[in-house]
Amino acid sequence: MTDLSTTYLGLRLKNPLVASASPLSKKLERARRLEEQGIAAIVMYSLFEEQIIHESLELDHYLSRSTDSYPEALSYLPDGGLYSISPDKYLNQVAGLKKTLNIPVIGSLNGVSKGGWTSYAGRIEEAGADALELNMYYIATDVDLTSSDIEDMQVELVSEVKTSIKIPLAVKLSPFVTSIPNFVKRLVDAGADGIVLFNRFYQPDFDLDDLEIVHSLDLSTSSDLRLPLRWISILHGKVDTDFALTSGVHMYKDVLKAMMAGAKVAMMASNLLHHGEQVIGPMLNNLEEWMKDHEYESIQQMQGSMSQKSVREPAAFERANFMKVLNSFRDLP
Amino acid sequence: MKQPVIMIDGNEATASVAHRLSEVIAIYPITPSSGMGEFADEWSAKSKKNLWGTTPLVIEMQSEGGAAGAVHGALQTGALTTTFTASQGLLLMIPNMYKIAGELTSTVFHVAARAIAAHALSIYGDHQDVMAVRQTGWAMLSSGSVQEAHDFAAIAMAATLKARVPFLHFFDGFRTSHEVNKIYQISDEELRLLLDDDLIRAHRARALNPNNPVLRGSAQNPDVYFQMREAVNPYYTAVPSLTQEAMDKFAQVTGRHYNLFDYYGDPNAERVVVVMGSGGETVVETVKYFASQGEKVGAVLVRLYRPFSVEHFAKALPKSVQSLAVLDRTKEPGASGEPLYLDIVNALVEAGRSNVKTIGGRYGLSSKEFTPAMVKAVLDELCKSEPKNHFTVGINDDVAHTSLDFDPAFMIEPEGVVSCVFFGLGADGTVGANKNSIKIIGEETDNFAQGYFYYDSKKSGTVTMSHLRFGPQPIRAPYLIELNQANIVACHQFSFLERVNMLKYAKTGATFLLNSLYGPDKVWDYLPVEVQKDILEKKLKFYVINGYEVAEKTGMGGRMNTIMQTAFFAISGILPREAAIAEIKHSIEKTYGKRGEAVIKKNFDAVDSTLANLYEVTVPAKITSTTTRRQSVPNEAPEFVRNVLGEIIGANGDNIPVSAFPVDGTFPTGTTQWEKRNIALEIPVWDENICIQCGKCVMVCPHAVIRHKVYDQKLLEEAPDTFKHMPSKFKEFSPGYAYTVQVAPEDCTGCTLCVEVCPVKDKTQVGRKAINMAPQPPLREAEAKNWDFFMEIPDLDRKLINPSTIKNSQLLRPLFEFSGACSGCGETPYVKLVSQLFGDRAVIANATGCSSIYGGNLPTTPWTVDAKGRGPAWSNSLFEDNAEFGLGMRLTIDKQGEFARELLASFEKELGKEFVEAILNAVQSDEVGIDAQRERVVALKNQLAKSSDSRAKDLISLADNLVKKSVWIIGGDGWAYDIGYGGLDHVLASGRNVNVLVLDTEVYSNTGGQASKSTPRAAVAKFAMGGKEMPKKDLGLIAMSYGYVYVARVAMGANDQQTLRALLEAESYDGPSLIIAYSPCIAHGYDMAKSLEQAKLAVQSGHWPMYRYDPRLAKQGQNPLIIESKEPSIPISQYAYNETRYKMLTQLDEARAEELMQEAQRDAKSRWTLYQQMAAMHYGSDNGHKE
Repeated sequence: MTDLSTTYLGLRLKNPLVASASPLSKKLERARRLEEQGIAAIVMYSLFEEQIIHESLELDHYLSRSTDSYPEALSYLPDGGLYSISPDKYLNQVAGLKKTLNIPVIGSLNGVSKGGWTSYAGRIEEAGADALELNMYYIATDVDLTSSDIEDMQVELVSEVKTSIKIPLAVKLSPFVTSIPNFVKRLVDAGADGIVLFNRFYQPDFDLDDLEIVHSLDLSTSSDLRLPLRWISILHGKVDTDFALTSGVHMYKDVLKAMMAGAKVAMMASNLLHHGEQVIGPMLNNLEEWMKDHEYESIQQMQGSMSQKSVREPAAFERANFMKVLNSFRDLP
Repeated sequence: MKQPVIMIDGNEATASVAHRLSEVIAIYPITPSSGMGEFADEWSAKSKKNLWGTTPLVIEMQSEGGAAGAVHGALQTGALTTTFTASQGLLLMIPNMYKIAGELTSTVFHVAARAIAAHALSIYGDHQDVMAVRQTGWAMLSSGSVQEAHDFAAIAMAATLKARVPFLHFFDGFRTSHEVNKIYQISDEELRLLLDDDLIRAHRARALNPNNPVLRGSAQNPDVYFQMREAVNPYYTAVPSLTQEAMDKFAQVTGRHYNLFDYYGDPNAERVVVVMGSGGETVVETVKYFASQGEKVGAVLVRLYRPFSVEHFAKALPKSVQSLAVLDRTKEPGASGEPLYLDIVNALVEAGRSNVKTIGGRYGLSSKEFTPAMVKAVLDELCKSEPKNHFTVGINDDVAHTSLDFDPAFMIEPEGVVSCVFFGLGADGTVGANKNSIKIIGEETDNFAQGYFYYDSKKSGTVTMSHLRFGPQPIRAPYLIELNQANIVACHQFSFLERVNMLKYAKTGATFLLNSLYGPDKVWDYLPVEVQKDILEKKLKFYVINGYEVAEKTGMGGRMNTIMQTAFFAISGILPREAAIAEIKHSIEKTYGKRGEAVIKKNFDAVDSTLANLYEVTVPAKITSTTTRRQSVPNEAPEFVRNVLGEIIGANGDNIPVSAFPVDGTFPTGTTQWEKRNIALEIPVWDENICIQCGKCVMVCPHAVIRHKVYDQKLLEEAPDTFKHMPSKFKEFSPGYAYTVQVAPEDCTGCTLCVEVCPVKDKTQVGRKAINMAPQPPLREAEAKNWDFFMEIPDLDRKLINPSTIKNSQLLRPLFEFSGACSGCGETPYVKLVSQLFGDRAVIANATGCSSIYGGNLPTTPWTVDAKGRGPAWSNSLFEDNAEFGLGMRLTIDKQGEFARELLASFEKELGKEFVEAILNAVQSDEVGIDAQRERVVALKNQLAKSSDSRAKDLISLADNLVKKSVWIIGGDGWAYDIGYGGLDHVLASGRNVNVLVLDTEVYSNTGGQASKSTPRAAVAKFAMGGKEMPKKDLGLIAMSYGYVYVARVAMGANDQQTLRALLEAESYDGPSLIIAYSPCIAHGYDMAKSLEQAKLAVQSGHWPMYRYDPRLAKQGQNPLIIESKEPSIPISQYAYNETRYKMLTQLDEARAEELMQEAQRDAKSRWTLYQQMAAMHYGSDNGHKE
């Protein structure tokens, strides 16, 4: 019997496939189908710092605007209700998912600044989440903020969130960090129990006809695997934490690669969004098939087997590789 | 009897009882009663139960007439029913009131008594409406305070159940309905003790029931009607004692005693005043004051006005009374005396006391202030040997000389009362903060408290005044805090210093709190002379706080409420600072907690930051300022504007004498141009280097503050230095012509719609357009001069302009400008466009609603005239009759035009056949034709003037009808879809040449967002708190079904060209035209700067299909329906969820929101499918029948 099990953030998972943060977990029925198909854990869609703050302020703004100004219309909208703004709905959804599913449910908070919103970490725990993923999606635009300023802010944020929960905390990062190993080490020291690599940024595009900025969602492809693959390989063994690989997991081979690099789990979003939960079953079958064919007993056996510390040519992950690649490019006649 | 106390206003106090005692509630909104219906709706939406454990069913009807009918039906089937109304609304209920009384039915109607529209409309309070129903056979119970409004709602119910006579319970609109005061609440247990459930079951047993059917509403003949009318007499005779019984029972249960007539004052009074309503509190307090000084004066408060019990009145009146003044808060022109006066005179005769010298007078119409000084004037008048009868008090009547003189310096404010006046900018939170403060003071301390709020007449940028009183005794002062009486005066908007005299309210030694950008060391230098003078002369303590900065830092934006509230408590010392802050925070949680933690947090931060930013100013020893307060209107303004309107603007309207005013309510137009409001913090700045002269900014501007002109470039020689221009790119007007886009800096509201619509992007910096916003203050002076110069440039001759393109149409002068509409209003651009295209020959019938308020609310009006003195002639009649009103105008123009032609034909010999035929056969389909006819009519009048024939004089007076007039019927969806629909339908059916413009905001905007039949499914509105269940009524489709009505559905933000085309076509069509215009409104709940984008989404989603239905096409064998929007390409939700009115439902009840949105999606799809099929139908030459 091939053992597909793994552990992540102290949770025992039946296989390394995890649904990454995405709208898939917005509907209980959809989440249930993911579980049915074999997914081992779900990371919920994110609750944004802005939602916690913005939605509340927006509602307040429009309910208050122009009130007590003109005697015939002292208000313009009825205001009697108990408003359930996104954060409340989110907590309800955490509870709902926990009730519906047997697999672990990992909550997701997305924010960058310190502030009251971080108390939602504790509320998500109270609602029943098994672990929390903190996504610090940050775009640096201020020329006066140094990289260490930004990293300090993020480390502080992790500490702050960690103090408000007892469940495990995973931190999702972007690759745009000068020294990923050092930053990861700092985050783990600050309390992170797991590191999720990497965030995908949604890049804006220009509409030349309207001269407007447009936003579009580009789903990942297998080639996006390379970046997190390299870094998990480098980090495995250097920092004592669980790694999750996200971005570019589309085929069972991507999962194998992720494991061999040293990840505990491989997370998918784009693949599921694009093709649906029916890809999970075949993926798991193929995984098992390959492992049988190649005589692997368990996932845990292969985890980290091709990481930098495990391979013969560790330099393959470093600068020398870069030069090799360049030289390998042949000029066309 | 320890009852809970609460700070509450009259409307809520009444509704709280009425809701608990009802099963069915049918209402229609009308100021100032709307609040009662809204509370009822809110409580029912929250499933609050009535006394018997079931939730009252609340329904909004299409008019008050409808509400009365529904109530009548509900009563006839045995329900406990009520309604809430005022003014014209009450009058519309009259026919049903006769029936309900005639059928001896138990019910209570609650009325926030309001003035009736005669020479003008007024939303404010007096007794004209209730007096107009006194003959319907209803009992009438009058409350004079918030406590009484609460108590009498219950007493009326108890009495009506006993008596089987319906009760009208009324209290003064605004003065009581909107006054917040401290009252004892009646509990459910107490209500049960007052009512007899057997009587309720008896009421139910009399219901129409097929199990034991009866017939009511028979028709009767001369033989029996009279007798049956008299059969009710014993019931009416019993009402006074039954009512007193109910009052006595009430006293037993609650400890508060009332009588049908209550006497106060010296038991041996010689002079007495008789009064009803809130004025009674003032009279009683004044009388008590004088009585305590030994004067033999007294007052009789009338509580039960109908049936009028002579017996009870006579008993209440001391035997010693020698002279008596009756105060009526109404006017009945033509009567020998006002109603209450006549009742009292008669009562005295019947009681054998005709020796009492009785005079009557009027006071307080339309919430005119009624103060102790006026009461004194009346009492003094009674001392005279020949006291004036049919007097007025409170005004200066220098025409009929009815008014009594009074001494405004006379005051009776009792010791221990603290009075505070706060000046705020509408929507900055000042009023809300004060309502909150007074609630804290009244409910958390032993103090009694009162709050009353006053607003000026603009829809945005208003000055609000909060009058707060508190003290150890109940506050019985239903009048504004008087001059030199306030202990605290607060100004929450620094800019008010230059235009509002606020410190006139401060007493010597009072405290002045100013929200100031300048710190304690600098602020003195920025105060006008008048303010420094008052501070010094009145020895005021002066505090400043930079609320703007604190608000910005804590994320409060423009809302000063919690900041100024904290500052107020700190300086007033009414609660210890820590306790005050705790209370404020507690109420923040209660009020805003439901909106989320971020809201609580920012408010808490604001509170916490306030005290550190509050400073006392060391007042210098002398006046140092050289700037004076600004004049309300400039010296160049016409006399009437200066002397009357300017006084009103300067808050001195109370003192204007009767002679200054028009006798019939007629006002000159073109007066908003004199009121420079300066409310925009930023104004648009034109970049002539990249402008493409498309004119879209001009078209979209709601206030006509951005305009463009094409003109002879030679005129630039006189231009100010900063005046911008570029060569004209108009094909018809080049070369040799210059072009300018100019902004009116002091009239702009800063809505930014012009910037949003500008299609040009600077190629070097796409965020910049051909217009960009910039701070107003540095630009104000130069641009004001540029504006004046721009306005002097002559408009192009209308005959040269082809109005069918946007840019050309916008060369036509707007004759609707600088209205007081909300910033970014979606209605006014359409109104302005009508004024440009047809205004110089338009007669306009305007329904009551936003358009009648921004169109006709004093002091200034936006309808104006062109250089030749022509412009729209505008009138607002009522709400329900607007279509008919406009039809009447059309009928006159048609008839008098016909008469003029008849007369003209008879003058053929004198005037010459050619001339006469030229007039009779004139083609007036464009400006050229119309102008030519105008010239002919001028020539005609000149010729006729030489004749002494009276028919010539007739023809002169009618000749203007020979020039084509444009009749416009304008109003909102509340009028067109609901209350005015019956009339609109008839007018459209008539086939007459009228143009109807429906400004569709999809809700009753003017009265604060009640649902209309135009409100779309899934939108939240008042009376549709759980999202509107039923879909939007398709008014256009109904009109199209006639086949001869021109119908267009337009949305300027989505397609301005289509809007323009539809208006031109509609007006050119010789028959009824209906244009339904998508009008964004703040009641939709999103940033109004984005309204153009929302209009596009509304069209793209299929929520608002655009089309034109032109019957002339059918005559040509073509399908008359042309759909101008494309197949819906985005889901309704993508449009809808940008708006709070839809979005909030997802936050209140997600499942229901989803359900309704799905239905709304289906609505859009099926509507589109239907229209597609209609537009594809074959129209043969036989108007719809296939060959």
